[in-house]
Formats: sequence, C-alpha cells, structure tokens
Amino acid sequence: MKFRAKIVDAACLNHFTRVSNMIAKLAKTCTLRISPDKLNFILSDKLANGGVSMWCELEQENFFSEFQMEGVSAENNEIYLELTSENLSRALKTAQNARALKIKLTNKHFPCLTVSVELLSVSSSSRIVTHDIPIKVIPRKLWKDLQEPVVPHPDVSIYLPVLKTMKSVVEKMRNISNHLVIEANLNGDLNLKIETELVCVTTHFKDLGNPPLASENASQDRNPEQMAEVHLDIRKLLQFLVGQQVNPTKALCNIVSNKMVHFDLLHEDVSLQYFIPALS
Amino acid sequence: MPLLTQHIQDENDQYSLVASLDNVRNLSTILKAIHFREHATCFATKNGIKVTVENAKCVQANAFIQAGIFQEFTVQEESVTFRINLTVLLDCLSIFGSNPMPGTLTALRMCYQGYGYPLMLFLEEGGVVTVCKINTQEPEETLDFDFCSTNVINKIILQSEGLREAFSELDMTSEVLQITMSPNKPYFRLSTFGNAGSSHLDYPKDSDLMEAFHCNQTQVNRYKISLLKPSTKALVLSCKVSIRTDNRGFLSLQYMIRNEDGQICFVEYYCCPDEEVPESES
Repeated sequence: MKFRAKIVDAACLNHFTRVSNMIAKLAKTCTLRISPDKLNFILSDKLANGGVSMWCELEQENFFSEFQMEGVSAENNEIYLELTSENLSRALKTAQNARALKIKLTNKHFPCLTVSVELLSVSSSSRIVTHDIPIKVIPRKLWKDLQEPVVPHPDVSIYLPVLKTMKSVVEKMRNISNHLVIEANLNGDLNLKIETELVCVTTHFKDLGNPPLASENASQDRNPEQMAEVHLDIRKLLQFLVGQQVNPTKALCNIVSNKMVHFDLLHEDVSLQYFIPALS
Repeated sequence: MPLLTQHIQDENDQYSLVASLDNVRNLSTILKAIHFREHATCFATKNGIKVTVENAKCVQANAFIQAGIFQEFTVQEESVTFRINLTVLLDCLSIFGSNPMPGTLTALRMCYQGYGYPLMLFLEEGGVVTVCKINTQEPEETLDFDFCSTNVINKIILQSEGLREAFSELDMTSEVLQITMSPNKPYFRLSTFGNAGSSHLDYPKDSDLMEAFHCNQTQVNRYKISLLKPSTKALVLSCKVSIRTDNRGFLSLQYMIRNEDGQICFVEYYCCPDEEVPESES
C-alpha cells in the first residue's frame, strides 16, 4: 500500500482546502477512499446516529501535479482510510500561501497521513511544516459498506435557492422547533415549514425551476402543483447548510416522499451528494 | 377602485390591527432592547404600538413604536391588546438573518384579527416570502408604576456613551447598584458593593456627556443590579438616556434610539428601589 501526492498550484491548493473545510463541517470522522484517478470523502452513518450519508468525489488530476498510489492489491487497487476530518482541515490551514503541499501515507509507530507544507520565508531558505494525521486503514472486508450510494428515484427534483438565505431561515427555525418539513413540487416551488404549539412558520421559495425529467420517468404524470414532502431532523439539515461556505455551481434537491431528501451539489469539479433520511 | 386595492381594503376590514414596514429591523431592533423575558404584552392604539416586558413585579420595560414608523398602520378598535412570546416573535422577525447583506431589506406586514386569533406576520426579502402564525395569549395586567413627572425630584440627561462602559462593566457580584443624585457634590454617582470591594463612579455636572442636570434634592437609592442589568440592551442601541427619580425613589430610564431611517423611538425602564438605605450609611 502506497500513496503520495503533491499540489503546487495555488488555486488548486485553495480549492482543496475549501473542500476539506466543507468535509470537516459535514462529518466528524470520514472515510477517505483513494483510487488511481479519484479521491472520495465518504460518510455513512449508522441509522442509530441519524443515518446521514455523504459522498464527495473529486478527480485527482484536477488538483494534484503528482499522484502515485498502489492499492491493497492489483485487482483491488484502492485504499480506504478513516480519519478525523477536522485534522485534515486544520493541517491545511497552515498551507495558505504555501509553495507546495505533499500528502503521503506513512507509518510512524502508527499509520499516518503525513501532510507537509513548504512555506515561503523572507530569506531564501524554505520552511517545511509537517502534520501527521493518525488514520485507521479500513480492511478489505468492510469496503462493501462504503460504496457509492444508489440515488433513489425522486418524486420531485428541484433546484435549491441561494443557500445563504436558506441557511439563515433554517437557523431561526432551529431556535423554535426540532423538526422541519421540506416540500417541493414540479412547478418550481419549495417550502420549509415548522409547526409547534406556539407558532407555525412557512418560508416559500418560488420559481426555482426543475431540472428536465429523465425520459421514461414515472413522475412525468405527476400534477406539477402537487407537493412531495419529507419530515427531517432540523439539525441534520442545518449541518448540511452550515457546511456550504461557497455557492455551488449547481445545487439540486431530490425529494423521495416520506423517505429521504438527497442534495446533489457541484462545486466546480467537486461533486457532493448528501442524503438525509426522513424522520419516522 | 381597482379590483386589487378593493380586495386589500376588504381584507384589512377583518383585522383589528394591520401594520406594514419596509424595513423590519426598525421594529426588531427596538424589541431586542426590551427582550429580557420570554413574554411581552402588546398594546396598539392609533398612535402606535407599546410593547411591555416585566420581571419580578419590580421592573418594567416599555418599547414605543409610534404609528409614523410604519408605512401603513390601522387599528380598528380603540385599543388592541394581546400577550405574545417575544423570543418567538423576534426569531420570526429576523428569519432572513440578523445581519442582512447591505442593500437588502426585509419587508413586513403584520395582521391581527382580534382576541383569540394568532398574530400573522408576512415577511418578504428578495422574492422569498415567510408566513408566520404566532399564537397569542391572554393579556395579563401590567404594573402601573404611577411615575408622574410632577413627582420627579431629580433628572439627568446623559449621552449614552457616558453610561455604556459603566453599565457593561458593572460589578455583578454586588447585589445592588446605588445611584446618588444631588445638587451638590458628588452630583451623580454610581456605586457597587461587591466581593472585591466597593466602587464609585462620579460624573461631574459640567461634563460634556451631561446634556441636562436638574437635581433638587440629594437622593440615594439602591436598585437590584440583576434587574437593571438587562437595560444595557437598550443602552447600547441608544444615543441619549434620561435618568429620573421620583419622591418614592422609583427610577425611570428613558432611552432615545435612532433607527436605520433616522427616526426616533423610545424605550423606557422603570424600577422600584431595593430597600431603605440605613441612616448610618447615608
């Protein structure tokens, strides 16, 4: 098992830092999957912990100038690591304005992801800061739990509004209620609703647009006004929204009535899938 | 009359209170200044809305939002009264964020149909609409402090900045704040008696911060510091504060607050004195 990679371009480094910050906000611990052409950050919570899952994917060649890896075997040319996501984002914090960043799989008494940052200094000599992030290597037999989630067929698919607005609305709703209903139709309407003994609050987003339907899609017969709704744990939704610091290039919300909501986001060339199950 | 206006007119008739604002912060900021308890009582008359919050039957805060602050303000009855959860109301009013991006305003339309009905809020920002239906509660009798300007003994008007630091750094280990107002030295003194010792803060009467000084008689009164501390919320928003005491030692703090559109609103705190100061100490 071997892995070493290097980033030299400042824009790539910034982008990678942003991705890792987002992951740190979305998941406390996550799995990093390394394959010859892709990196994935994976979260698959047990149902008891709320059952949220995340699948973040980036093409390695869009970030790294050098990328060498050797998986556990020739036919399973992949590596699965578990790490505390904040450790990675904290290590990358020192990498702002760095000349280069190297990431390497090492074994220093225990397995580590070693991040070395080459910093510029006033004198010509360069400084190198090294972070050893403890990791756990995930054995082959557990990989099957960490495969790309199957995107279920949604009842309604709709583009998300400006996430900042959505975040402040959900933040205030969180002060009042623990549960939230998200509902949307094929007419571009999306509503966020809370209801307690004291107060009912509904925020209406209009004209958001729906992506074109895939052919032979069952929801073609759906009345465009008809709402599909999901009851959610409001903290789960808020956690997802807090993690979005930059507005994505594409943001889609897929609702499977009373089952789950699936957010499909694209940040330039990084895709993020986030699944929140419905409250039963 | 065009159909649409006709429709709105009819709609307004069924409400005993309708108020609209282009900038919801002109209301929410003032309400934050009195938000030290969960519940508030609202009184609306044709002059505007008064919102009252009380604690321990010893302190009362009133926020006045006069009719002129609103772009539209109609009250069908002589007065409309209801009690409401202020925490929830403030969360609803700031649903689009407490610190909006510059240039974006949240507009508000507020309707109340009458006794037993919820307070309806319609908020709009950038085409997104939020509808809130807040249940109202049985109004409670509010305290009458009977604070009458003819009984006022001492009165001082200060620029708020003069009091801001003093209040934010009050020694909270002291149970009381003692206020001395006098035509002679020390003129105006704030004292605390805490674990680390006593502290006295004197304001000379010819200070630049002192806008008016009308003290007729030496008065030394103590007020529970825990009851006065919440008034700091109003103090930080205000530009001037008027401090008055009457013949019973009751305290009135009136805060003048300028909103984002330059209009003036008032927030008033009343507090009753803590105890008689023993002869030996004064």
